[in-house]
Amino acid sequence: MTQKETITENKQEDELRIGAFICECGINIAGTVDCHAVADYISTMPHVTTAVVNKYTCSDAGQAEIKKAIKDMNLNRVLVASCTPKTHEPIFRACVEEAGLNPYLFEFVNIREHCSWIHMWEKEDATNKAKELVRMGVARAALLEPLESSEVPVTDAALVIGAGVTGMQAAMDIADMGHKVYLVEQGPSIGGKMAQLDKTFPTNDCSICILGPKMVEVARNKNIEIMSYSEIVDVDGYVGNFKVNVKHKPRYLDIDECTGCGLCTEKCPVEVPYTEFNEGIGTRKAIYTPFPQAVPLRALVDKSICIDCGACIKACERGAIDMDQKETFSELDVGVIVVTAGFDVYNPEPNNEFGFGLYDNVITTMEFERLINASGPTMGKVVRPSDVKPPKRIGFVQCVGSRDKNSNIYCSSFCCMASLKNAQLLKEKYPETEVYIMYMDMRTPFRMYEEFYNRARDMGVRFIRGRPAEVTENDDHNIIARIEDTLTNEIVNLELDLMVLSVGAVAPESTETVRQILKVSKAADGFMMEAHPKLKPVDTTLDGIFIGGMTQGPKDIPYSISQGSACAARATRFLAQGKALTEGITAKVDDDICVGCGVCVPMCPFQALSVEDNKLNIITALCKGCGTCMAACPTGALQQSHFKNEQLLAQVKNVFAYGEV
Amino acid sequence: MMTDKEWTPKIVAFCCNWCSYGGADTAGMGRFQQPASTRVIRVMCSGRIDPLHVFNAFLEGADAVLVTGCHIGDCHYVNGNEKTEVRYQFLEEMLQQLGLEPDRLHLNWISASEGERFANFIKDVTAKVKELGPSPLKPAGVK
Repeated sequence: MTQKETITENKQEDELRIGAFICECGINIAGTVDCHAVADYISTMPHVTTAVVNKYTCSDAGQAEIKKAIKDMNLNRVLVASCTPKTHEPIFRACVEEAGLNPYLFEFVNIREHCSWIHMWEKEDATNKAKELVRMGVARAALLEPLESSEVPVTDAALVIGAGVTGMQAAMDIADMGHKVYLVEQGPSIGGKMAQLDKTFPTNDCSICILGPKMVEVARNKNIEIMSYSEIVDVDGYVGNFKVNVKHKPRYLDIDECTGCGLCTEKCPVEVPYTEFNEGIGTRKAIYTPFPQAVPLRALVDKSICIDCGACIKACERGAIDMDQKETFSELDVGVIVVTAGFDVYNPEPNNEFGFGLYDNVITTMEFERLINASGPTMGKVVRPSDVKPPKRIGFVQCVGSRDKNSNIYCSSFCCMASLKNAQLLKEKYPETEVYIMYMDMRTPFRMYEEFYNRARDMGVRFIRGRPAEVTENDDHNIIARIEDTLTNEIVNLELDLMVLSVGAVAPESTETVRQILKVSKAADGFMMEAHPKLKPVDTTLDGIFIGGMTQGPKDIPYSISQGSACAARATRFLAQGKALTEGITAKVDDDICVGCGVCVPMCPFQALSVEDNKLNIITALCKGCGTCMAACPTGALQQSHFKNEQLLAQVKNVFAYGEV
Repeated sequence: MMTDKEWTPKIVAFCCNWCSYGGADTAGMGRFQQPASTRVIRVMCSGRIDPLHVFNAFLEGADAVLVTGCHIGDCHYVNGNEKTEVRYQFLEEMLQQLGLEPDRLHLNWISASEGERFANFIKDVTAKVKELGPSPLKPAGVK
C-alpha cells in the first residue's frame, strides 16, 4: 500500500493505481457516516493503492495531499468521496491536472447531499450506503479513460436580454470593458419597471431622474446596440459561440427617420383608455411614444386599434411612417449571454383578493406609483378612482401575492420598503392624510432601511399588525377593512377612502419562453435558478449564460444593480480571455462495429451525425455529449466517452454486493 | 434508532446531470430525509439511459429502477427526455412480459429545484417496493 515510485516518463497504464480520498466535510459527512470505516472497506478493493480520510478534502491541505499522493504513489486514478460534482468537480479535476493526471481520470462520489444529509438519523445505513457508493465509484474509476477538452475561440460580443436597470448596468459594464453588447428589450423603450416608479427608497429621490440619465448613457455608448421592441426567437451553440435569432416587431415607422416629435400623436383621432406605462390609468392614442423619457424616443403604432385614417402619415414631416412594415429578424453571433428579463407584479384580480377588481378604490402599488408621479396621468395628484376625489384615509396591505400559501410562499422583499416610501410621500404631500400600513412583519434589512421605517413612524404613519380578513365597500365607495390587530387583540373595522395592495413579484410568462429557449433551470418559485445559491449567485449551470436582477428572484434596486455588474464581470471573463474550454465528453464511434444503419442520426438534436458510404460521421464540434444517440445504437458501436456502457454497467453491478458490506 | 432490521429494497436511480441529479442534491441541501434505499447513477442526459442499463440493474438485483430527467421542455439537450419517454414505454412493456410488477419501474421528471419532490418520490417508491418484497429477478445471495 505504501510502495513509492517516482514518476517515470513511461507510466504503466495497464497497472491501475487508484487513490481514494474520503472527505469528512467537518461533521457534515463524518457526523453521520463513519468515514474511516468507508476508507477501510474500500482499501480492500482491487486496484486501490491508498484510501485516506480528510477533514476537508477540498481545502488547500486536502488538495496538497491528493497531489502528493499522485506523485509519491504514482496514482493514475483519483476518487474523491465528498459533496456534489455540480460545485466541486471542476476543483478536483484542476487539482489532479496540476499533479500531471488527465482530469478525466478523476471520479467523484457524492456522500454528502446523497447520503449523510438525507439519512441523518440512520448512521449505520448511511455508512453502508457510503461504502457502496464509493465501491461503485472505484469500479467506474478503474474504467475511466483520459480525454482531451478542446479550446474554442470566443466571439467578442455579449447579448443582454432585458433592458431594465439590471440589464442596462450589465450592458454598460461589459461595454466599458471594451466589448460589443447587443441589448435586446421586448418593450418599445429601455428602462424597465424602474422607469415607472415615482420615488425610490431609502433616499426618496425621483426614480426617472436617476434612471433617465443612465438610459441616455446606454444609448450613447458606442459599444452598445439597443434592439428595442425585439424578442429572442432562438439560441443555438455553446459558450463562446452562440447564434441568436432576434425578432424585431414592427413599429410601423422607420426608427431612423422618426425623431419622437409627437406631431403624429397629436393628429391621431383614436384614443383608448389604456396606457401600458401608466398601468392602465388615463388614455393614449393609436400612435404614441411610450413615455416622455423613452429611449429610443420613437413612436409606435398600436395596430389593434388603428383605423388606417392616414392622419399621422400626413402629419409626419419626415415621412417616417410605414403602415406596411413587417417584422424583421437579425442573426447575432455572441460569446456570452446575460439574462436580466425582469418580473411581473402579482395580479390579485383573478381571485379578487382584498376586493381588487370588485371595488374601484382598491388599487395596486404600481398603480399608486403612477398616481403620485408628477408626470403620471393625474400630474401627481393622488385621487381615488371612483370619484376622482383626494382620499383622506389611505391603507396599504402588505404581502399581497407573497408569503401566502395560496399564491407564492416567498417574500418579495421590496414591498415593505415600497409601502413605507409611499406612506412617507403621502405624509409629505398631504400631511393631514391618515396613512395605515397593515402588515404581518415589517422587513427592513440593509443600510438605512430600518431608519427609513423609523422615519415613517415618526411622521405619523399608523401600523396595524394584521391583514384584512374581510373587505367590503359602503355606499360612498369607501372601503371597510375588517382586521384583527394581533398586537392589541382587537377587531378593527377600518374605513378607508383608498386601499393600496402591496403586490409582490412573479416570474413573467415572457421570461419563461426565454428560459426554455436557453434551457436555464427553473427554481421552485418560478424564477430562473442560479448555479449555486451562495457561491455562484449570477451563474447558471450553463457555461456562458448568466442571470441577474429579478430574473433570479425578487430583489430591490441596489441589489439588482449589483447583480447587473456581477453578471458583467462574470461574463466578460470569457470575452477578455478570448477562449473557452469545451467538455471532452462526446460521442465516439467504433468504425469496425458500426454498420451505418443511421438509426442514431435523427436522435441527435444538434445535427452532429450523418451517414456517408455506410459509415457514421460525427462532427465533434457540434456534439454536446448528451449520449442520446448511444442509447439508440443497436450494435454498441457508438459510445459516449466518460459515460461508456462498460463504465455505467460497472456502477450498476457494484450497487450490489455478494456478502457482507 | 434501535429497530428490528427490516428489509430495505435496493433501488437504482438514473439521474440526469442537469435536473434530477440536481434535485437529489437539493433534497440533501434541504435535509429532506429519505430511506437509504437508493443508489444514484449520474448520466449527462436521461436520453443516455439505455434500456440495457435498466435490464442490467434488474438482473444484478435491483428491486426497482428509476428513470429520471428534466421536465419536458426543460431538457438541456433540446429533447433528450422525449426520447427517454419513448424508450420508457418500451421498457414498461418488456417488464410486463418478464412478469415484473409495474411498481418496480418508474419514470419521473424532477427539476434541480425540486428537492422535496425527489425525497417524496424515493419515499413513495421505497414504501411500494417494500410491500412487493424482493424482486423475483434478484439472483440468490445478492444484497
